[in-house]
Amino acid sequence: MEVKVKATIIDAHGLERTLNRLAHEIVERNAGASNLAVIGIRTRGATLAERLVKKIEQIENKKAPLGILDITLYRDDFRRRLKQPTVQATEIPFNIDEMNVILVDDVLYTGRTSRAALDALMDLGRPASVQLAVLVDRGHRELPIQPDYVGKSIPTSIGEEVQVRLRENDNEDCVLLVEAPKEAE
Amino acid sequence: MALSSSHLLGLEGVPAEDITTILDTAKNLKTILDRPIPKVPTLRGITVVNLFFEPSTRTRISFELAEKRLSADTVNFSTSTSSVKKGETLKDTIRNIEAMKIDMVVVRHSAAGVPYFLTQCTDANIINAGDGRHEHPTQALLDMMSLRDKWGTLHGKRVAIIGDVRHSRVAGSNIRGLVTMGAEVMVCGPRTLIPPGIEELGAKVSYNVDEAIEWADALNILRIQLERQEKGLFPSIREYHAEYGITRERLERAKKELIIMHPGPINRGVELDSDVADSDASIILDQVTNGVAVRMAVLVLLSGMDSSQE
Amino acid sequence: MLKEKAEKILLSGGEILDLQNGKRTKADILVHDGVIAKIGAVDRKGFDGIVHDISGNIVVPGLFDMHVHLREPGREDKETIASGSAAAMAGGFTAVACMPNTSPAIDKQEVVRFIKKKAEAELVDVYPVAAITKGRRGKEITEMAELVRSGAVAFYDDGSPVVDVSVMRNALEYASMFDAPIIDHCEEPDLARGGHINEGVMSTRLGIQGIPNAAESIQIARDIQLARLTGSRVHIAHLSTKEGVDLVRRAKEEGLDVTCEVTPHHLLFTDADLTTFDTNLKMNPPLRTAHDVAALEQGVKDGVIDVFASDHAPHTIEDKDVEFDAAPFGVIGLETMLGVILQQVVNRGVLPLHADLAKMCVAPRTLLNLPVPEIKEGEAANLTIVNPEATYLYDVNQSKSKSRNAPYHGMELPGKVYGVLNKGFIWTS
Repeated sequence: MEVKVKATIIDAHGLERTLNRLAHEIVERNAGASNLAVIGIRTRGATLAERLVKKIEQIENKKAPLGILDITLYRDDFRRRLKQPTVQATEIPFNIDEMNVILVDDVLYTGRTSRAALDALMDLGRPASVQLAVLVDRGHRELPIQPDYVGKSIPTSIGEEVQVRLRENDNEDCVLLVEAPKEAE
Repeated sequence: MALSSSHLLGLEGVPAEDITTILDTAKNLKTILDRPIPKVPTLRGITVVNLFFEPSTRTRISFELAEKRLSADTVNFSTSTSSVKKGETLKDTIRNIEAMKIDMVVVRHSAAGVPYFLTQCTDANIINAGDGRHEHPTQALLDMMSLRDKWGTLHGKRVAIIGDVRHSRVAGSNIRGLVTMGAEVMVCGPRTLIPPGIEELGAKVSYNVDEAIEWADALNILRIQLERQEKGLFPSIREYHAEYGITRERLERAKKELIIMHPGPINRGVELDSDVADSDASIILDQVTNGVAVRMAVLVLLSGMDSSQE
Repeated sequence: MLKEKAEKILLSGGEILDLQNGKRTKADILVHDGVIAKIGAVDRKGFDGIVHDISGNIVVPGLFDMHVHLREPGREDKETIASGSAAAMAGGFTAVACMPNTSPAIDKQEVVRFIKKKAEAELVDVYPVAAITKGRRGKEITEMAELVRSGAVAFYDDGSPVVDVSVMRNALEYASMFDAPIIDHCEEPDLARGGHINEGVMSTRLGIQGIPNAAESIQIARDIQLARLTGSRVHIAHLSTKEGVDLVRRAKEEGLDVTCEVTPHHLLFTDADLTTFDTNLKMNPPLRTAHDVAALEQGVKDGVIDVFASDHAPHTIEDKDVEFDAAPFGVIGLETMLGVILQQVVNRGVLPLHADLAKMCVAPRTLLNLPVPEIKEGEAANLTIVNPEATYLYDVNQSKSKSRNAPYHGMELPGKVYGVLNKGFIWTS
């Protein structure tokens, strides 16, 4: 389905710069990368997490462990949706106990995804801290959740949608403001 | 990926895409079982009734664990605690249970067609945990999952089902599922234990177990029940073991790697010898673990389906 | 509608169909006090009776269903003589033979008399078939002389075969003294034990224990041997297999007095229709394969099969609305037999209309030594009025039967019954 693009919020260069800044902020806040783990929420959060791990490695010369979190089983709208979810695997091949976990997502909106992700993480262990990093914060929170690292805050209306497009998933790097398609999830 | 039905009554007519979806989902859910807290909140608030009109330990426990791992509320109803013996009809039983507001029913019954019958009486999602000698779809799915884990694919692989095929719902579902997934199936046993027209389901037939071993990449060995001998379907356990028992000598003669499966419980020394059951070729315990994962997958996928909308 | 006295009735505009040769004669029929007073053009002027415009319909001697379970005495919750008679009228029948597997069984003259007495007020003639053996237990033959004298027209241990060969032989010899046919439910019990449907691909697919064709044909072969041994009359109930048709054909060629019947459901359905485990398709003998249906059809065509009979077997909803294994065998069929037979036999060109109807009128009466009603001035009016081309939608909820176990619900069937006349009564739909 063709969506109507209203504006390009971040272009390819901007995205690169934003991620660089986020990596620096993360390293600075955590005084290095020694006890750090980066966990991305499927699908694009995982891609961003992978990029952040590389950037942190460039800064600190140390590779933080990377994990992928699938939160389908933790969603609060699981039963309400008629369509069946695709359950994918959570891939966190390390112990998160006492780690400083950077939870990465592409867009922060209602906060429900982050809530589900926190629950999923807690079932996996007891991290020292969980910090939330998002590329875009578009507002309209429904839960008391705030990000620790924000690429860009953009005021949006409900009828709009923020689309993060990444090379690995979509063959291009950019963030678009689009008209929300009908029947949006 | 949506399944094409809101019930799992059998594998007859279930398309390959659905089976793949279930097996893929099961594979992902299996990782939960190894976590420190092997539980997810997915089916919180969902009530699942395990309706067992026939004694079963393994299947019931496997379903119950799957339900608990998904945080569903579970209620067990089995003949010993039910009013069925007091003459209540199956329809009244299911209507009464439904009136207590339930979402899903896992049913086992000695009569074929009961799961289908229940879909006519209730809006709940129905999962067949074995109906008579008709189908036992989750068993076949876990068998297929175990084989796919080993081979990566089922396509073109050869599975021989050995033993009492006539009375086996495990065979019924395995033949259908495996054929759908592009595997070849042979059934093998004494002729008295092979039902008429089984070829129509897509299975080859052999009465010679060495021939089946020679042909197959995996053996799924069925439990032989003593009462079949009492009914005169084969002369003695001794002769059965001699002719159809899976022994180390038989397998060594075949000079190849064969996967050994058994739905359990095993009659050691009858249909399957201990040294084979416990050998490296055996994936019998993988089957048990996969059973929980497959049942979780079925529960998760069907819980997204509203059967009253159909 | 209730039946009324046929005091002065004019059936106007119908065609009388001769079941011997198929000849149609357009004629009015005047009925006075249950007797055919005049056939031909009747002047309506001055006629003060009731006129029925039956144009488009044919008139034939009242149809006969020789295999009906009226369930009375014993299971009046399933059917009664009254409700069964009502269903018979609705189906276009003026006579039925009722089966002895009642409680008590029809194995004593008192039961025969009870049924005859109960049926007196009905339009429908009810002819009891008595049991071959006391209590239908297959051990000792019943008091056949007395049973025949009190009104039994044949002997049959319905629902179960006479297993003991010597008992069957004795029954055949004894009954032959009264020229009463012995009817047999041909099913070898050991081979059929535990079975619910036909044995074959479908029983394997559905995982339900099957009953092989041989269970029927073994018993038929035995009965044919006994017919040869005794020279007596054997009638095979509800034939269902190709092997059975072949055996009866050869017996007839040999000149043995062997007759047989087929039900509408065995001509219409096959075991492939069982995919939804519908207990209304569970009957004994079970639905067979298309191969068998083709052989039955051939048997109808070449005369091997003498009679169409419904095997109307009412069961309560609670009996049938259960898991397949637990449901009793049997379907109701009095109301739908004519339609299904017209559809399967006449509309498919197997037999012409008159020959088809003769198997539900002339043949059963001949077989049971009963007079065949004639459409002639001076004869009692025993008539079925039906439009064989007009179709209707069968709604089981409107059934006159007390039971609802019909697999025909919602089907469009040919043969709309206008009404029936018998015993001085008329009933119209």
